[in-house]
Amino acid sequence: MLFEQILFFVAGLGAIGGALGVVMLRNPFYSVLALVSHLIALALLFLLLRADFLAAAQVVVYAGAVMVLYVFVVAYVGGSDEPLRPEGGAVAVLGPIFALALFVEITIAVVGSSLGALDTTGERIASSFGSPDEIGKLLLTDFLVAFEAASFLLLVAAVGAVVLARKRRGLEDPEAAPGVMSAHEAISGPKEVAR
Amino acid sequence: MNTSWFVVLSAFIFCIGAAGVLTRRSPLVILLCLELMLNAGNLALIAFSRMLGNQDGQVFALIVMVVAACEVVIGLGIIVAMYRRRLPIDVDAMSELRG
Amino acid sequence: MNPTTYGWLVLGFPLAGTLVVALGWRVLPGRLPGWIASGAIGLSFLAALGMLFELIDRPEDSRALVGTAFNYLDTGGMEADLSILVDPLSVFMCLVVSGVSFLIHLYSISYMTSDRGFARFFAYLNFFVFSMLLLVLAANFVLLIVGWAFVGAASYLLISFWYRRATATAAGIKAFVINVIGDVGLVIGAFLLFDATGALDYVSVFERAGEVFGSNDPQLVAACLMILVGAFAKSAQLPLHTWLPDAMEGPTPVSALIHAATMVTAGVYLIARCHPLFELAPAAADVGAIIGTATLLFAATVAMAATDLKRVIAYSTMSQIGYMVLGVSVAAYGAGLFHLMTHAFFKALLFMGAGSVIGAMSGVQSLDRMGGFRKAMPFTFVTFTVGALALAGFPLFSGFFSKDEILAYTLNRGGGYAVLGLVGYVAALITAFYAGRMVFRVFFGPAVVEARELEQGTLHHGEHANPATGEAEDTDVGFPGPEHHIAEREWPMKAAMAPLAVLAVVAGVLGIPGVTDTFEHFLEPTFEESRFATTAPGDGEEWLGLAAGGVFALVGLGAAYYYLLRNPELRLATRKRFARLHTFFVNKWYFDEIFDAGIVRPLRRSGQFGRTVVESTFVQGVIVGGTVGLVRAGTSFARSIQTGELRAYAALLLLGMSGLVLYFLIVAT
Repeated sequence: MLFEQILFFVAGLGAIGGALGVVMLRNPFYSVLALVSHLIALALLFLLLRADFLAAAQVVVYAGAVMVLYVFVVAYVGGSDEPLRPEGGAVAVLGPIFALALFVEITIAVVGSSLGALDTTGERIASSFGSPDEIGKLLLTDFLVAFEAASFLLLVAAVGAVVLARKRRGLEDPEAAPGVMSAHEAISGPKEVAR
Repeated sequence: MNTSWFVVLSAFIFCIGAAGVLTRRSPLVILLCLELMLNAGNLALIAFSRMLGNQDGQVFALIVMVVAACEVVIGLGIIVAMYRRRLPIDVDAMSELRG
Repeated sequence: MNPTTYGWLVLGFPLAGTLVVALGWRVLPGRLPGWIASGAIGLSFLAALGMLFELIDRPEDSRALVGTAFNYLDTGGMEADLSILVDPLSVFMCLVVSGVSFLIHLYSISYMTSDRGFARFFAYLNFFVFSMLLLVLAANFVLLIVGWAFVGAASYLLISFWYRRATATAAGIKAFVINVIGDVGLVIGAFLLFDATGALDYVSVFERAGEVFGSNDPQLVAACLMILVGAFAKSAQLPLHTWLPDAMEGPTPVSALIHAATMVTAGVYLIARCHPLFELAPAAADVGAIIGTATLLFAATVAMAATDLKRVIAYSTMSQIGYMVLGVSVAAYGAGLFHLMTHAFFKALLFMGAGSVIGAMSGVQSLDRMGGFRKAMPFTFVTFTVGALALAGFPLFSGFFSKDEILAYTLNRGGGYAVLGLVGYVAALITAFYAGRMVFRVFFGPAVVEARELEQGTLHHGEHANPATGEAEDTDVGFPGPEHHIAEREWPMKAAMAPLAVLAVVAGVLGIPGVTDTFEHFLEPTFEESRFATTAPGDGEEWLGLAAGGVFALVGLGAAYYYLLRNPELRLATRKRFARLHTFFVNKWYFDEIFDAGIVRPLRRSGQFGRTVVESTFVQGVIVGGTVGLVRAGTSFARSIQTGELRAYAALLLLGMSGLVLYFLIVAT
């Protein structure tokens, strides 16, 4: 038990730290990296919750593939550093306040007595709980439709990505050489602020 | 381990993600914050699945992961298209849907 | 046949005439619309005669019959049928109306010949006769009010017949507005009666009135006063009389029919019909008597000074109706209605004669420009003089028997009524004077140009102009036609005027006191429950009253002869001496000016106030503009949410979600 609790706190801190990093770091590159660390911490939490397959999927698919895609695009697009004080007035100031309010509400809901079942450690489970075996069985029997729909969705997304990103005739394509991040100055417009 | 701890943690991460969506100007970072929120949701799902001893929650979370991946693909595709057309990568400048 | 069947025929023929002429005017050639219309009224008159004979055949106590067509109104306690009441009073009125109308239709065929609106005229005229008969035959207040309103509408249509003449349309509007005031009074009166007795038809109301109301009951007096308002508006009594002289803007046959013989007598008919109510409310009856007397004196004085021939006759009508109102208000029903009949005869005759003279003058109506037509227009001269003598009450003519009978009754009632009677005699003197004045001015004295030309055989053709203002006019539709017609040359006019002249002389036979009581006897079934039946003067007193009246008539005529023919300078000298009084009379006692300043102008100003302040500022600006502004503000507020900025949308989403969670949180605790 104690080991679990320590692990929980460590993973929790990692997750929170990663999340804060995503939000507060100015450079998008760093944000991506922060998210990756967040995802790994989350995978650890999944393990704590006996979701073995999902933890592996998280690391391999999410952190491994999706985030790499993200890195590619950040490199391509360039992502300038944003100015220190985010312009956009009221929304930017009120945003965190709204989020805080929401957090407080949810905490009250969870910790309050109405959701009594949350106070337990959970049901007794078999040792194959969360194993790929079990998940696979579920996917191919009870949740077959969802499974197929998800595949379809993936197909659509792939096609969509190709359509969105293809070259159009007649348009100039000022593609910056990979790695060079100064081409953005011609693109980002008048609101650009020097680093 | 109390399930409620996991749920509170999930709420916290969710709210951090929400604050990030509202605060940041670059669409890339906004997408990242969206990922944060989706992951927070996943965490909550799995926590509940553990609480109930039912693996349906985990399957749900798996599908959510698939959806998140698709969404990232499309979102990044849009950003690439914006970049190609030399539009500023800045959410505040994109206000043509103004009513 | 049942009298009520005849009654429906009496109504049906004029209605059919209207429809045929109105719908078929394009296909009916020449003067055929006029003949069709006259035929319709002629058939109606024959049906009225049928009604009369059937009614006489019946025993006296069953001479009030109600014929119902269908149930017209049955809601919320109110019940009214489309039913007609056939009793001596209504039969009498039908005969007078249809008979005189027939003759006037005949007259109009030639009078309106060259007018472009020939068919329209006859359609309107038939419609008028239908409405008047409906009014007279109605068996309940609802149908009475329907007929009342129709008659007002027909009057408006006919007064402004020459609609391109501004004075005519203004006169039509004036008549209509004043008539509407009367309509309102009548409706309120009918409602008050319904409220108390719970019924709307005459038979029930009059029966229950005796049980429900005590003498001079406030509600009954109020109802009767409201009915009087209606009667006065229609019969042009003070103070609702200003429309009648202006109504002379209409063609002369219209003046003859509507404003002499029939429509203006509707008020008298109404009071006579509602006599049980008036007898229970002597206060209201006294008001009627006083107003009637005031009107007859007022109108007589103004007729003395007026210079337009038709207006003299109009004021004379007003005055004589004052006599009739006085008569039926003091319960001299027989006398009042008898005078109604004789007046219809000689007044229509006078108007017809005036029409002929005006035709000879090619449209000019001013007495100052007329003179010496005696040799040029012998037929017109004779008939006009007969009418004038009947009006004056020359002994043994019809007017002598009818008018002076009323005054005899009034004097016999005693008390305050005696004063009214004396005023009536004074006015009779003035009446005789102005009747003579008319005759002597038009037909005697040096002959004017038009008369001389006519003696040679040519009808004078003057400029076509508005007789009142002198504005030039053309002769197209909306204005009088190019030709003028006089009786000597048109046989329909002669055929119409001759019977009236004969009747004006001999109709007195129906009511010679002590000798022939045909008229009174005939009307008895209607009026036998009258509480004043015993206050009728005896034969001797009646003859005394008649003699007094005859003397006054002769004196008046003699004075007119003296002033106008024998000693014209004395007339001018008298006018100069009483210049202020003369101006007062010529300006009609300034009633028009008082109404204008006191009623018309303030109303107009309030209308303008309404338009500028209330309508423009308040309604348009505040209410409409305010609503528009509110909606616009709301929508632009809604629009302002759509900033196009992603983060604002996200913020709203988050806000909404927090709100929802909060809600569920609260609900769960």
